[in-house]
This record gives sequence, structure tokens and C-alpha cells, in this order.
Amino acid sequence: MTLTDRQQLSYIASQAADARLNVELETEGMTLNIGPQHPATHGTLRIICRLDGEQVIWAEPSAGYMHRGYEKLTEVRTFPQVTTLVNRIDWLGSFANEVPFILAAEKLMEIEAPPRAQVIRTILFELSRIANVSLFLGDLGVQMGAVTPVFLAFRDREYVLNLIESATGGRFHPNFDRIGGLKDDLPKGWIDEARQSVKKLMQFCDTIEDLLFGNEIFQSRMRGIGVIPAEVAKDYGLSGPNLRASGVDWDLRRDQELPMAWDKADWKVWTHPDGDSWARCWIRLQETRESCKIVEQLLDQIPAGPVMTKVPRIIKVPAGEAWVSTENPLGEMGYYVVSKGDLGPFRVKIRSASFNNISVVPWVLKGVYVPDVITILASLYFILGDIDR
Amino acid sequence: MTAEADDAPAALPGDGLREGIVDDLRARIGDSLVDSHIAPNDDLWVRVATASWRETGEALKAAGFTYFCFLSAIDWMPSPYGKGEDDPDAEPVEPDTEIKQGVTGGETRLQLLARLTDLDRHVGVTIKADVPDDAAVMDSWSTLYAGANWHERECHEMFGIGFNGHPDLRNMYLPTDFEGYPLRKDFPLLARMVKPWPGIVDVEPMPADDEDDADADAGTDGDAT
Repeated sequence: MTLTDRQQLSYIASQAADARLNVELETEGMTLNIGPQHPATHGTLRIICRLDGEQVIWAEPSAGYMHRGYEKLTEVRTFPQVTTLVNRIDWLGSFANEVPFILAAEKLMEIEAPPRAQVIRTILFELSRIANVSLFLGDLGVQMGAVTPVFLAFRDREYVLNLIESATGGRFHPNFDRIGGLKDDLPKGWIDEARQSVKKLMQFCDTIEDLLFGNEIFQSRMRGIGVIPAEVAKDYGLSGPNLRASGVDWDLRRDQELPMAWDKADWKVWTHPDGDSWARCWIRLQETRESCKIVEQLLDQIPAGPVMTKVPRIIKVPAGEAWVSTENPLGEMGYYVVSKGDLGPFRVKIRSASFNNISVVPWVLKGVYVPDVITILASLYFILGDIDR
Repeated sequence: MTAEADDAPAALPGDGLREGIVDDLRARIGDSLVDSHIAPNDDLWVRVATASWRETGEALKAAGFTYFCFLSAIDWMPSPYGKGEDDPDAEPVEPDTEIKQGVTGGETRLQLLARLTDLDRHVGVTIKADVPDDAAVMDSWSTLYAGANWHERECHEMFGIGFNGHPDLRNMYLPTDFEGYPLRKDFPLLARMVKPWPGIVDVEPMPADDEDDADADAGTDGDAT
């Protein structure tokens, strides 16, 4: 049997197509854009991944879609006005953003808030951590297709937000902290209400642990994925639960002296030796419980007295430089404040946790499979306002 | 009373520890350590020579400062534009043009600023170095502390400071063809230029406090009684 010309041509063409296909599969990767509008990015972060089959060979986060220039804006504000700006850095735990800035200003002025204000500050600080992290715990399920936890999280976070609202007047942006104390005292009946709410949040933690952390699918998607060793974590400046999940025992609430009330409560700093996605999520779950414990204990020991120390109505902060950082829901949040004795700061460097936490992404995503990209990003937990500032 | 008091790795640091760190650093980098400042029971600053910026990072990393906190810069020139909330009807005041550096001093307009923490000894240090006025280029820490990579990119974009040995100084926030360095003081904040900030009402004296001691200690914001 002889091949016709047509058959020969067809055969050659199919061989060529096969060869081309093989070449393409073997040598040409694919670029996958995650975001800026992907739900897993919690805002507008874009992750550019270069894939070889199912594997990521190179990844690069592209931030900056939400840059608001807060460091420049602080230079044209007075000191009390700055809290309005920094409120919006990590918008899920706003009150916690105000505290380190106010503490830095107070350090420069060499004043301290009265004991009552310190305890209430600490309570509100921990409440904003609970509000922030409870949403993270609910959101975690969504990243893996489990929708129920997020509804529970939104429902139970409401208890905390109601508390913050009734004390400060703002659900998301309290702007309640003042240089020298707090704007107001707590409203009547707030303490009892807070006790009830904290109990509900403790139950929420148990529910989430049953629903998610005991789930086999959750464990197989999280265990051993996205491991960050302690050395790498410190090198990149990871902070908060991401650092403690790598086995580094470091918590700024415990490891530095601040005029706050964390030392008045009995609580524990959790660490985990694994450094994987599961460890990071588990640490956050435990921390929410610890926060509930801190709030519960501090509610019993709010001292009497004023919530505001005596400060001039027009606040001029003496010249100097101060650095204060606190353990915020996302990690170490600090302000390097330079004052020249004016009404406003000369320069404020805002060190936000997510900026460092997300800079490890190119390192940790190298070699992982596409579905794990989402869970690793979720477990690193960042907030866009906290990256871009 | 804290539960972890028994397993805490070390006591909170004192000034003796900070002095020891300065001595240790001096032994490692010698005369490159220009100045140091210890705020009692609070914090530590060191200023090092421009050329030994990277050497300082290496020395501190070897001394236990393995945690990278942040890296940034300060422009010490006073802003020629004021705060944008001056009274538009008042006489324009002569802008202050004197460049005056802060803690540990300095000789140049731009200063690099970084902070490292020793997680075992519970102590942090702020490192400063002058950035030459004519050629704003420093050595990069990005191969020393991986986290410095993004901070240097940000610093390059916002202050126009170059970093020798940095792999990729692309802009993070601004368009690639953006001109100017936004965090330098001579970069105007255009929003304030176009429309003066209404915050001026905040610094007007209240009628009740309209006495001489209005800005001393006349009253408090909150009701302290």
C-alpha cells in the first residue's frame, strides 16, 4: 500500500502538531494572575504566578492598588488628628492601630494615661483583636469551599462590634484614643454586656475548632503546606502569629514594658513548632481564646478614677524621636514618630505587619501547587490597608 | 502576674544591656560608629558612617539582632510648603529652612533609618546613617536581611535613595514613569495646595479659654473631673 500525497502531508502535519504540543507542554510555562479582584486576596492584591504544569515556579505579589500615602498625610496633621488616619490602616482592628501612635506621642510628652484608661485601652485593644481574628477564622473556611463558618463569624463578630460601638460610637473606626487617655468613660452596663459577649465568642472559638480544625479536608489542605522556618521568618521580619507559628516565642504584649494592662491578666503566649499553614491558623484560634480570657479578667479589675490625664487643650509634642510598637491582630505594628515641637509630627514611619508578612510570599510560594496558593495566602492573613498604608 | 513569668527567656532589658550592645558594636566596626544615644530605660540609637552601613548590618546580625523590623529614611529639610492649614488672610511667615537632625545628629539632609530586634535579649536598636547629598546611594541590606528587599524598594520610590546590590528596585506603589519622590519634603502635597485644610478650626482658641494661658494647661479634652 502506498501513501497518497495527501496522506503523507496529513501524517507529517499531525507529527508536527504533536511535536509542537510536546514542546509547549515541556518548556512553556503559564502565567496565572490572581487578583487584584480575587476574593482570596482580601482586597486588591495581585499575585503573579508563573506555573509549570500545576506547580508555581515563581510568584510575585504586586501591591500598591490601595496606597493612600498616610506617611505623607501625617506630616500635615496635628497629633490628635493622626489617629483618624491610622484607624484605616488595618480596618478590621482599628482601635489597635491608634494605640501605638498615641503611646509614642505620650512617650515624647512624658505623660501616661491614668490606670483606668490603661485597662480600658487594653480591653478595647483585645476586643478589636477578637473582631479581627474571628473574621479570619470564618473566612478560612471559604478559601476551601466551606461556607458555613463565615456566616458564624459575621454573626458572632457583631457582638464585639456592638460592644465597640456602644463604648466608642464607631463600629469600625472608633477614633477613641486620645493623647493622655480616652475620649470617654465606658457607658453604664457595658461591663456586664461585655461579659456576655466574650462568653459567646468563646463558644464561637469552640464551634470553629469543631467545624474547621477537626475537619479532615481542612487538615490535609493545611498540614505541611507552606512551611516557613524560624530563620526565614525572622529574616523577613514576619511578626505576630506568623512568627509564633514558626516556633519563635515572641509577643510584644509580654516582652516589652508598655503602659498597658496586659501584665495584670493571666494568659499564655502560644507557639507552634511546625511553621505550616495549619500552625498559623491554629495559633490565631488560640490567641482569640487568650484575648477573651484577657478581656474577662480585666473586666473585673477596672480601677476607679479619671480616664483622661491633664493635658493642654492644644497639644504640642516636645521635639524628639520615639518608637513604639505593639502586638496588633496582624503582628507588630509600630510608629517611628519624629517631632520638632510643633502641633503635628515632622515624620511618621508606619511599620505595618502585613507589609513584612506578605514580602515572604515569593519565598513561600516557590514550588507549591496552585490550590495551595490560596490556602497559604489565607493562612498568612494580611489586610490590604495594612500592606499599602 | 503573668503565667509565662517562669518560662520567659530573659528579663526586660536595662540600660546596662544597651551600653553593652554599643560597646560590642564598637568592637566590631570601630570608628565607623559615629554616635550613640540611650534613652534611659527605653531605647537605643546608633549612627554609623555611610560607608559602613552594610558592615553594621552584618555586625549586628552576628551580635544576635536577627529580626528585621523596618528600614526607611527621614528627610530633615523643613517643608517649604508649611502645613497647608495656615490662615489664608494672615501675613505669610518666613519658612524655616534650617536643616536640623534629631537624635544622634547628622550632617546630611537625608538619613537612612533601620530597626533591628534581638528576640532573645528583648532589645531593639535603631540604626541611622547619613545619605550623601550629591549621590544618594547606599549599600543594600537585601542579601543580608531578606525583608529589607521591599523596604528598600519603598525607600527608593519614596525618597529617591538608590541601593547598591539590590536585585530589583521597581516601584511598588507609583506608576513606573512617575516623577519626583513623594516623601521628600520638597514634594508638595497637591491636595493641600488646591484646597486649604479646614482643620484650622481645630487650633483656634475656644471663647472660654481665650486667656493668656490658652495653650499652657487651661483645660483638658476629656472631662477629668
